[in-house]
Amino acid sequence: MILNTIFIFIKAFIVGGAICTIAQLLINYTKITSGRILVYFLLSGVLLQALGIYQFIVDFGGAGATVPISGFGYLLAKGAMEGAKESLFKAITGGITAAAMGITAAIIFGYLFALIFKSKSKRN
Amino acid sequence: MKTSNDCVNNNYLEYVKAISPKTNQKRSLLHAFWVGGTICCIGQTFRFILENFIGLSGDELSAYVSMIMIFLGAFLTGLGVYDRIGKYAGGGSIVPITGFANSVVSPAVEFKTEGYIFGTAAKMFTVAGPIIVFGVASSVLVGLLYFIGYRIF
Repeated sequence: MILNTIFIFIKAFIVGGAICTIAQLLINYTKITSGRILVYFLLSGVLLQALGIYQFIVDFGGAGATVPISGFGYLLAKGAMEGAKESLFKAITGGITAAAMGITAAIIFGYLFALIFKSKSKRN
Repeated sequence: MKTSNDCVNNNYLEYVKAISPKTNQKRSLLHAFWVGGTICCIGQTFRFILENFIGLSGDELSAYVSMIMIFLGAFLTGLGVYDRIGKYAGGGSIVPITGFANSVVSPAVEFKTEGYIFGTAAKMFTVAGPIIVFGVASSVLVGLLYFIGYRIF
């Protein structure tokens, strides 16, 4: 049980680290800005899940696959694919429904902490 | 004359090489790997706690984990800690969902001086906006393709 848990964490570390290393490779050897990298990783998560591949990475890596932004894309695609089984309405809304928590959290916490904290860049 | 010029050039190039900071691309890959892996392990820790002690599972579990990670990313950005991690880790701090939170909070804080509506609320989507646009658009596309696929086959 304990050994199994440690193994889950090692897998999360390796998968998450590998995804981040791919991003660092893109930063080092191409001139892609960080905003573009986020969009490309999101879209590759959507594409990989649409092809049915990303589910295997999630099953293997756990949070190592869901915490990176490609996991957000996976969630969007998964929601849309599950909705498509039921109706046209759920095929259209399924993606954003699955990602609702992430988007809501980003908006609420983003605005809240922007109100509380002051800009740090001028002090450095 | 030509040879002496070459000599000067070579000396100069060697000098530039010696004093310019080494970018050390292999080391940056290692930094990205271990910081990114650690952030994912923090996510896995919350996943483990929520699963075993609160009893969440499935979509609800992963939604709460991403909420916590976004909270942490936004909070650390507000404190100014996340940008320091970012300088060290590069891709290791951008790609996790905490980096998405960072990309929301940092312009929101930066443009606070332009007001709470068109400063904070508008500018917080400078990076997150494209992500939501492409994310929603691609998910609708996938949904429609699968909908048509399920009806035909």
